[in-house]
Amino acid sequence: MRLRAAVCLLGRFPALAGTDLDVHEREVLLLSGPNGAGKTTLLRLLAGLVRLRSGKAEVLGVDLARDRRSHRRRLGFMGHDTLCYDDLTVRENLRFATRSAGATAATADDVLTRVGLEEQADVAHQRLSAGQCRRLSLAVALSRSPDLLLLDEPHAGLDPAGRSMLDSVISEAPSAGTTVIVASHETERVRSLADREVRIVGGRAERAVLERPSVDSAPSAEGGP
Amino acid sequence: MSLAREVWLVAGKDLRVEARSRVTLNQVLPFGAVVLLLFAFALDPDRGLLSEVAPGLFWVAVLLAAVLAVSRSFAVEAEHGAIDGLRLSGLDGASVFLGKTLAIAVQLLLLELVLGIGVVVFYDTAVRSVAVLVLAGVAATVGIAATGTLFGVLAAGLRTRETLVPLLLLPIVAPVMLGATRAFEAGLDGVPSEAWPWVQLLALFAVLYLGVGVLAFGSLLEDA
Repeated sequence: MRLRAAVCLLGRFPALAGTDLDVHEREVLLLSGPNGAGKTTLLRLLAGLVRLRSGKAEVLGVDLARDRRSHRRRLGFMGHDTLCYDDLTVRENLRFATRSAGATAATADDVLTRVGLEEQADVAHQRLSAGQCRRLSLAVALSRSPDLLLLDEPHAGLDPAGRSMLDSVISEAPSAGTTVIVASHETERVRSLADREVRIVGGRAERAVLERPSVDSAPSAEGGP
Repeated sequence: MSLAREVWLVAGKDLRVEARSRVTLNQVLPFGAVVLLLFAFALDPDRGLLSEVAPGLFWVAVLLAAVLAVSRSFAVEAEHGAIDGLRLSGLDGASVFLGKTLAIAVQLLLLELVLGIGVVVFYDTAVRSVAVLVLAGVAATVGIAATGTLFGVLAAGLRTRETLVPLLLLPIVAPVMLGATRAFEAGLDGVPSEAWPWVQLLALFAVLYLGVGVLAFGSLLEDA
């Protein structure tokens, strides 16, 4: 995955203002940075949800300037919203996501168990707690066995058990062939799982910690030593 | 996955959401019935006139209810970022368009059935050629649903979509209302030969907007 001088506009505001970034296969990358830095926009660009205004962006071998759609079935996206329907149950929402990606209903049931929502399988989305919504959002992202997993503040709202489950998902993903990009303010927690950290400031990738940070040399919560 | 399976997946999802929320049953249908009743009150002194203009009043009521159904179809997608989920799903834009059109058309056909019974009862209208009414009704409904889905996604990302959808949709489907009204008049009068040109016009409109939607919906969904 490669970005070169990537610019994205939200209205007239350049949410990404010329970002360069390389992400390697099976890597776990942490995106850190202050609110409004452009982390969410960067993830949405990689998912093909926002248009690339200038520069180059190649994700999973697809040039996003030409084609924002064809890589989507190979990625999982966990954003701030669940991307689900209030009146459908957890299982129905998940089955819609898996079937639309060409996967089977059995996959949906497996993922439900993995994120610990099997007891809420027949509960309507509108009756879920905030933490359960986060689990469902993760389940939707995982349901298509993605090659690229994009997680935006994934720990927010999760209870300790949920956070541990999420940590396992992130740490096990590379061995399953999945590249993971996590935008998070919980930098200390994610650093322990990440191979690399890139700090985003003012819509640009400001600094990359190129080697997996050890506990002793881990950058501060503000983004780096 | 084949086009037909994708279409059914989207339509099934939308119909299931409506079956659970019952917005069509509890709000859209009563709204259409209220519109019919208001026309009846307004024209009550002359029941002959009411019977005469029944087809036009019926289709005005259907169109106004269709605006609600279309708005609802895309309001559901706006909640919890579901429209992003739809884009990320990998489903073909044409499949999403046809699926949402099918779901809206099914709801409208049920609505028309109930409102049609209401017209017969409240407006004292005799039905002479059911086949014409069914054919014209289906063709007009597909046209309205296809146009509504197309303009619904156009307004989906805008805060003003509730007011923009009727503003965009109603002028475009005016020919459908005209054709359907004329076809229904002929059907109620028992003169099918006068209805066929209008049914053909309705079918042409439906095919035209289905074609435009299949080609354009994917791009519109990307920018919604």
